[in-house]
Amino acid sequence: MATEKYYVPESSPWPLTASIGLFMTAIGGANFIQQSTMADMEPSFFGKPLFFLGLTWLLVVIALWWRDTVNESVGGLHSNQLGGSYRQGMLWFIFSEVMFFAAFFGAMFYTRWLILPWLSGEGSNAMTHELLWPNFQAMWPLTVTPAGDTTQAMGAWGLPAINTAILLVSSITLTIAHHALLEGKRGTLIAFQAATVVLGIIFLFLQVEEYIHAYTELGLTLDAGIYGSLFFLLTGFHGAHVTIGTIFLFVTLLRVIKGHFDEENNFAWEAGAWYWHFVDVVWLFLFITVYWL
Amino acid sequence: MSTAAATHDDHHDHHHAPTGLKRWLFSTNHKDIGTLYLWFSFAMFLSGGFLAMVIRAELLEPGMQFVDPEFFNQMTTVHGLVMVFGAVMPATVGLANWMIPLMIGAPDMALPRMNNWSFWILPFAFTILIGSVVMSAFGAGNPSAPNFGWTFYAPLSTKYGPASTDLFILSVHMMGISSIMGAINVVVTVFNMRAPGMTLMKMPLFVWTWLITAFLLIAVIPVLAGAVTMMLTDRHFGTSFFDAAGGGDPVLFQHVFWFFGHPEVYIMILPSFGIVSAIIPAFARKPLFGYASMVYATASIALLSFVVWAHHMFTVGMPLAGTLFFMYMTMLISVPTGVKVFNWVATMWRGSMTFELPMKWAIAFVVLFTCGGLSGLMLAITPVDFQYHDTYFVVAHFHYVLVTGAIFSIFAAAYYWLPKWSGIMPNKTLGELHFWNSLISANLLFFPMHFVGLAGMPRRYADYALQFADYNFWISIGGFWFGLSQLLFLAVTVLCAMKKGEKAPAKPWEGAEGLEWEVPSPAPFHTYDTPPVVK
Repeated sequence: MATEKYYVPESSPWPLTASIGLFMTAIGGANFIQQSTMADMEPSFFGKPLFFLGLTWLLVVIALWWRDTVNESVGGLHSNQLGGSYRQGMLWFIFSEVMFFAAFFGAMFYTRWLILPWLSGEGSNAMTHELLWPNFQAMWPLTVTPAGDTTQAMGAWGLPAINTAILLVSSITLTIAHHALLEGKRGTLIAFQAATVVLGIIFLFLQVEEYIHAYTELGLTLDAGIYGSLFFLLTGFHGAHVTIGTIFLFVTLLRVIKGHFDEENNFAWEAGAWYWHFVDVVWLFLFITVYWL
Repeated sequence: MSTAAATHDDHHDHHHAPTGLKRWLFSTNHKDIGTLYLWFSFAMFLSGGFLAMVIRAELLEPGMQFVDPEFFNQMTTVHGLVMVFGAVMPATVGLANWMIPLMIGAPDMALPRMNNWSFWILPFAFTILIGSVVMSAFGAGNPSAPNFGWTFYAPLSTKYGPASTDLFILSVHMMGISSIMGAINVVVTVFNMRAPGMTLMKMPLFVWTWLITAFLLIAVIPVLAGAVTMMLTDRHFGTSFFDAAGGGDPVLFQHVFWFFGHPEVYIMILPSFGIVSAIIPAFARKPLFGYASMVYATASIALLSFVVWAHHMFTVGMPLAGTLFFMYMTMLISVPTGVKVFNWVATMWRGSMTFELPMKWAIAFVVLFTCGGLSGLMLAITPVDFQYHDTYFVVAHFHYVLVTGAIFSIFAAAYYWLPKWSGIMPNKTLGELHFWNSLISANLLFFPMHFVGLAGMPRRYADYALQFADYNFWISIGGFWFGLSQLLFLAVTVLCAMKKGEKAPAKPWEGAEGLEWEVPSPAPFHTYDTPPVVK
């Protein structure tokens, strides 16, 4: 039984201020998106600045919030029980992220297995096919849409394969760093964690290259039909998560250098590592189902 | 059950309770945050109710009276959204915040600052949503609020959605962030913060049902986020998720939405099961019949909720095997639900029953929720659903389970725990008036909807054929009556908040069980700083 008292923080201004940041981001974002994508909108100039103000506000508040948390941790206020709450909370958060990706993977399989065959007349859909787009043929990747837009598919064995290798290696370097953390080998830890961060940055760089290639050479764009939609939203959200993960690992690397972690007290470090492995696994599914098969 | 001494807590109150505005804005206290949630949800209940009054005024008699059909559509849409996301869900989260730490002997929720963030996102999210209605009614040029029904089906919400749809999408994202953080907090609190001796199978059923609800939230709210994200990119970035010309499908939207939407309806009702399972034993003065089977039934309902979603879409055109699968799975849910109803009745069987206000609401819940469950069983049968689909029969069904189900149980919870929250017994006269007026008016409001629905009156229309006129007149009368009756509850809660009324003892209900009754009423600012020992 824990005899230490559970740490309940004093009142904090960050939750409310973070909500204000979200509010500005949402209102500004909606207006910004409409202004930049709809030709018939009445011009208004508050959306873009409000969106970026809200986003900056939110990031600053979250940084201040986590500074408080880090100071509490370094100040020894965190009990083992609180560490348990943080760890469990992080795992459930990752589960929610898994379900977010599941929505898009689900949409992809529904498209491949049901929508496209039905549009080409399978099952009881002969008349659908005949009446809507009689020339349409189901295929995956869908390079010719029912409306007739064309694109080229992104091959699996160029940049995507290299990126797969990079993420797999980064998983190994991070695991070596993890063992080094638990065994108190500071030098190894810093070297291999830094290597992981560098690999993450290289991955992102190559992903940008791939997008440029898709847009300029393949004609594979967001509006190139359902294949482009799924390709960019799945890989795009994955890329956003790699970006967050890289920043996460970079911050915990700085905290390693400052000496914040030891064999026992290392929640934030492990949370970053779990997040990274989650992002890796998502990529493996992406590589197999979006690029390869 | 517990040996925790209430006086224990007073000595530990060394950091002073914050006062004034800061106490509420910056809170890290589960009780204050619970109170905020409850008041917020009540404000949303009255706002959403006001929109319903507009709907019922328009439908009082056939023909067009007060609003045009376009505005009527906005009323049905925002009424649904406000009630689901603003009234019912935050009310149960408020109950969870107040009661779970007290029930398991924890000092607070596991992650108190995140708890406050979960709450404070909501007023901003609903400012955006309700703001679009205010703009539509009073703004220059009356820009339309969301008008596609609370289920926001594509392409109504994508290709044909008004400009406010984008604000709606981002406000749903905000509500989702709030729900996911709130749910993670509940799961972690239950798994990590229980007092020594409080094993999982000793937990009050309210804690169990909320644990399972929280799991559902974490699993499906991200899918809702995915759905609205696809909407946003379809609307503005040229993607084709819900557009068949690009190889997508509007039906895909319905699948993604209902994969969220069906577990969502259990998210709204499972906490109610927990509430009723606390109240009926207290006033029947018998332990809950079949505790373990209640836990397993709740878990079964939650798991089944993931494989029944397409029963909302029988008429959309699915392969026969699909409709059969979803029909049988849906009917299967009546088994664990039947176990629950049986257990509540068996708990009352030969009990020493008394009928204080919480018990009245709980019994009304059992009877009327069962009515709603039975009409649900009718809707589950695919061939007859072709007749019922999108009629007032469906409206009757989900208002029986949500109003006389979820909301009645939330009233039951409020009357049961208000003494603990405020230290004041809820006013009996006002409470009785509130109960009887609500009970009679809700049935006048919702029962005839079954008849007009079976006769073919479609939902979401501003006008109707003449043969439905008499029923709709009485439905509207029931609606206004039910709406006004809720002001009685406002009076009850305001009296408690102002500390006007009979003082409540630590345990105001003779047969009540559980750790929450071991602390004084009102519960002190901090409770269980050191965990009680549960034997």
